[in-house]
Amino acid sequence: MEPLNVYASRLITKKEYFTPGHRACQGCAEALAVRLVAKALGKNVVVASATGCMEIVSSPLPFTNWEVPWIHVAFENAAAVASGAEAGTKALIRKGRLTDKGTVFLGMGGDGATSDIGLQALSGAFERGHNFLYVCYDNEAYMNTGIQRSSATPFGAATTTSPAGKLKPGQVTWKKNMPEIAVAHNIPYVATACSSYPFDLIEKVEKAARIQGPAYVHILSICPTGWRIPPDKAIWIGRLAVETGVFPLYEVEQGKYRLTLDVGELRPVKEYLKPQGRFRHLTDDLIAEIQKRVTEEYDKLKIKTTL
Amino acid sequence: MGERVGIEVSLAAAEAVKMANVDVVAAYPITPQTHIVEHLSELVADGELDAEFIPVESEHSAMSVCCGSSAVGARTFTCTSAQGLALMNEIVFIAASLRLPIVMILANRSLSGPLSIWNDHTDVMSIRDCGWIQVFAENGQEVFDHVLFAFRVAEDPKVSLPVIVNIDGFTLTHVIEPMEFWDEETVKKYLPDFKPVNQLHPDRPVTMGAFGLPIIFTETKKAQDEALIKSKTEILKAWKEMGDLVGRHYQPVETNDLEGAETVFLTMGSFGETVSLAVNELRSRGKAVGQVRLRLWRPFPFEELREAVKGVKRIIVIDRAISYGGPGGPVASEIRAALYKERTMPAITNFLCGLAGRDVTPDDYIKMYEKTEKMTKKKVREEDYIIYGVRE
Amino acid sequence: MIKSEEELTWKDLEVGCVVSDAGNARQYKTGDWRSLRPICDKTKCIKCGVCYIFCPDMAIHKTEEGYFEADLYYCKGCGICAQECITGCITMVEEEE
Repeated sequence: MEPLNVYASRLITKKEYFTPGHRACQGCAEALAVRLVAKALGKNVVVASATGCMEIVSSPLPFTNWEVPWIHVAFENAAAVASGAEAGTKALIRKGRLTDKGTVFLGMGGDGATSDIGLQALSGAFERGHNFLYVCYDNEAYMNTGIQRSSATPFGAATTTSPAGKLKPGQVTWKKNMPEIAVAHNIPYVATACSSYPFDLIEKVEKAARIQGPAYVHILSICPTGWRIPPDKAIWIGRLAVETGVFPLYEVEQGKYRLTLDVGELRPVKEYLKPQGRFRHLTDDLIAEIQKRVTEEYDKLKIKTTL
Repeated sequence: MGERVGIEVSLAAAEAVKMANVDVVAAYPITPQTHIVEHLSELVADGELDAEFIPVESEHSAMSVCCGSSAVGARTFTCTSAQGLALMNEIVFIAASLRLPIVMILANRSLSGPLSIWNDHTDVMSIRDCGWIQVFAENGQEVFDHVLFAFRVAEDPKVSLPVIVNIDGFTLTHVIEPMEFWDEETVKKYLPDFKPVNQLHPDRPVTMGAFGLPIIFTETKKAQDEALIKSKTEILKAWKEMGDLVGRHYQPVETNDLEGAETVFLTMGSFGETVSLAVNELRSRGKAVGQVRLRLWRPFPFEELREAVKGVKRIIVIDRAISYGGPGGPVASEIRAALYKERTMPAITNFLCGLAGRDVTPDDYIKMYEKTEKMTKKKVREEDYIIYGVRE
Repeated sequence: MIKSEEELTWKDLEVGCVVSDAGNARQYKTGDWRSLRPICDKTKCIKCGVCYIFCPDMAIHKTEEGYFEADLYYCKGCGICAQECITGCITMVEEEE
């Protein structure tokens, strides 16, 4: 378990750049992730957000929960808007019309906005090498529109467009590995994080923000509403995701892999799946299939860390 | 006075963008816009234009990048045609609602299908309601002038709206014309530095693009509509000032040969020049024909149009786009709507022609005129629109 | 205090519907969403701040004595603080009304 010692609150900045009064569900660990990222980045940031849960809960005209510059344009273009903000600022600094304050350009979106509809824009932004940070808040489905499946929905999870029925076991495909796609673009920094491990998350975001060039942080964001767990269990389930190897915490710096939290021997995946209503229908066979896959992927990852 | 240059209009357009000292160019290649963007990238590569040139991976991203860059206060330009415009459609509407002063040259080309690289106005008609200021250029000089006009109007704090300059693909983009470039000093007088009304900057954090609940949405649309309508004041000012500086005086609706005209041709874009040859010929034959050229498409110039066609008995509206199963070409529909409440409504004959680059000669216009003469004589109920020259 | 949504006219809107009053959503009371509220047994509280860190609604603040209290204006009663509390000094109780 992460060393959450006494006086933990003194280790992070007090100021909330993502303010209370937002309209996220009770126990939304994605809102918590946004809060932690906002603390890590501070006030010197420009945020380009995709359409999604976090955009909706934080920007109902005429209100805003953002105390940093923030723009929302559409669903699939957060990375492109962030690219434009970064390039525009770069030009203005070079032409002497703005002073260089080292402002961080953040593109943020959910799993759908990142690995489905926004994949093209993100890939383009990575390839062009913009100096920006992209954070994916992955709650493993299109939650804002009512829990529909995305390519980030894990195998066997029930969603409204991949329901568990007589013929289908929920989601029939395996979760798209977005961090690996980011690594394949040869960007300087890629990391996974989870709001259940706040200091690990904050450190990674701070590191990513300092990187020159594109950086990508993929945050597992537990959604009690969509995952069908009681709201108070959001942090607890996130820990299980990491401890069972379903969502390992690692970073890839200049292509070099490193586990930032070595959980030792993996707990059985069943412990993570059983408490979630979206996996309620899984048979022992399906759980075994999932266990096999998780173990394989984790082993592959461990090998990469030795290279 | 600036120098007179014989150059391909696309290159001149790029030179005008360079003179405007643009900060960001984000574009994706599509025929027939390519030469504009290629030349801009050359200017940047050679250090002649200090700008970020962003070769985006799609037009949707082009307009999105433009939104981001305009929002931080950078002078922003893009350029596209037909399918590219269709792909960025979503963001075009949003850019106007965000009141971001992006300038776009639209090298008019036909929308698929079938696929066509050739020129007509179906692309710009597909975004009629997008909320951008929209103007049409008829020749190379007008293209050059209107690039500078576009930045001037878009970025005016009383306007703060994106602007499209429509230039006919191939007919203008790929043709060499003699044009008078402006000199640096004149550009400086005409085009001030960009000072955005709202800007994404940590010193003053603002939220752009909040979502609109039903309770407030109608008010946001009213505000946007008013902004576009009121922009006409600054548009007229910008044209007047340009006239004073370079001697070319543009109007929302331009006319020629109206004395004694009972019939007028109405066009938008480069076809106007060809029509004027037909008008000359017809007038030499004693026909009472004149010409109206619509330059400002949005905000629609109602007063100027009504004034221009006062006393006219028939308007031959040339459309270069079609509304399947609808009341005809978009321009004719709007002309009819604009004149509906006038005391006397002229007959309106709508010819759809020049679709996807099909040539329309002065002779064709003369034939169109003769057809309307016959219709006037016969006094039959006329068709709403005629697709001119279709082989049946 | 800004006008409520029902009172805003089109002229009240900023250009481009920008919201320049950063963080003005602080006035939105999410506290009436909850059906449970957290109660802290101060004798067991070690002032570690874990509850403060994990609150998704930023609804826990530090008092002068260093204890952490729920801000009932915002607290949605999700119970994460009670679940994560290291000493178990927080319990969720039914809202009175």
